[in-house]
Amino acid sequence: MTFSVSDLNSMHIDILKEIGNIGAGNAATALATMINKKVDMDVPIIKILNYSDITQILGGEEAVVAGIYFGVEGDIHGNIMFLLDIVSSKQLTNILMDKSDYTGELDQMDRSALQEIGNILSGSYISSLSTLTGLNLTLSVPSLCVDMAGAILSVPAIQFGHVSDKVLLIETVLKEGNELVKAKFFLIPDVDSFGVLLKSLGVDS
Amino acid sequence: MQEILKVGMADLKAVKYPKILTTLGLGSCIGIALYDSTTKCAGLAHIMLPDSKQIKNNTNKAKFADTAIELLIKEMLQLGCNKRKLTAKIAGGSQMFSFANSNDIMKIGHRNSIATKDILKSFNIPVIAEDVGGNHGRTIELYSSSGKLIVKTIGHGIKEI
Repeated sequence: MTFSVSDLNSMHIDILKEIGNIGAGNAATALATMINKKVDMDVPIIKILNYSDITQILGGEEAVVAGIYFGVEGDIHGNIMFLLDIVSSKQLTNILMDKSDYTGELDQMDRSALQEIGNILSGSYISSLSTLTGLNLTLSVPSLCVDMAGAILSVPAIQFGHVSDKVLLIETVLKEGNELVKAKFFLIPDVDSFGVLLKSLGVDS
Repeated sequence: MQEILKVGMADLKAVKYPKILTTLGLGSCIGIALYDSTTKCAGLAHIMLPDSKQIKNNTNKAKFADTAIELLIKEMLQLGCNKRKLTAKIAGGSQMFSFANSNDIMKIGHRNSIATKDILKSFNIPVIAEDVGGNHGRTIELYSSSGKLIVKTIGHGIKEI
């Protein structure tokens, strides 16, 4: 089936929002358990963006962000990206490892911790999605990259670039109690997987 | 203060002296900078994918290496550049994330840079400098005064090519 991002109607969008909601809800619980603090989440937002706008969502092309990228395999294919701005990622590793290091640099230990956080959160995201849809879903090993937002976001943009001039993002924001840590989740299904995903939830696309 | 024009993702622009062109946050994408020193015409394209022919939805010409280079040359000719004097500098083509079982999508940066060089060759435009590959992002600035290309990175310094 060929599918275009512009074919999505409001019901599809609502369903994708709900998927984001359930997935991120579980991820928020996992994060709260891990850092032993209260974690809030916002209502997911579905964004259909032009390429030129995609890099603006994190404070411009040159803002330094940490992105943890996973491949989703199984019945649907796609990617999950867990994004943190550089301040949040440092805060998160500080909380997790009980230290107060505000140099703004991520050392090897921080990077490894971030990758693991991403792994646990994405794992809970995807397992709740799998339970909801009855689809068989697995995650690849995470890959971390700390660099310009534009460069990191070009990766999902290129994946969408094969089929469309627009990019669809299911975006959920997680916040640690005092808003010290803000993270974003992006679920980026492959175009062929939209139909499978919607169908598994009883919707004809 | 010289005017700096921004080229977005899947976008291209051609200008004359004294303007400066910039494109921010190149990852796997390629920034293709064309320059004619005799007329001080500069053109910059930010492409995402190597080949428009492999893809059905190819209306945005600036998205693909093949169609973007063609269009950029056309726009520069309209500004009065001399096609035979054009030289190219390219930057980008990183692999931002590394996976053990890298598939085609992950190697897109490498494919982009190969395709870009092939296409430039087919137009007889020499690539006089390049900064491609690696696993980091790049911001580039092209100066129409001299054709110099500044490549800025995070953690990998600034250089001029």
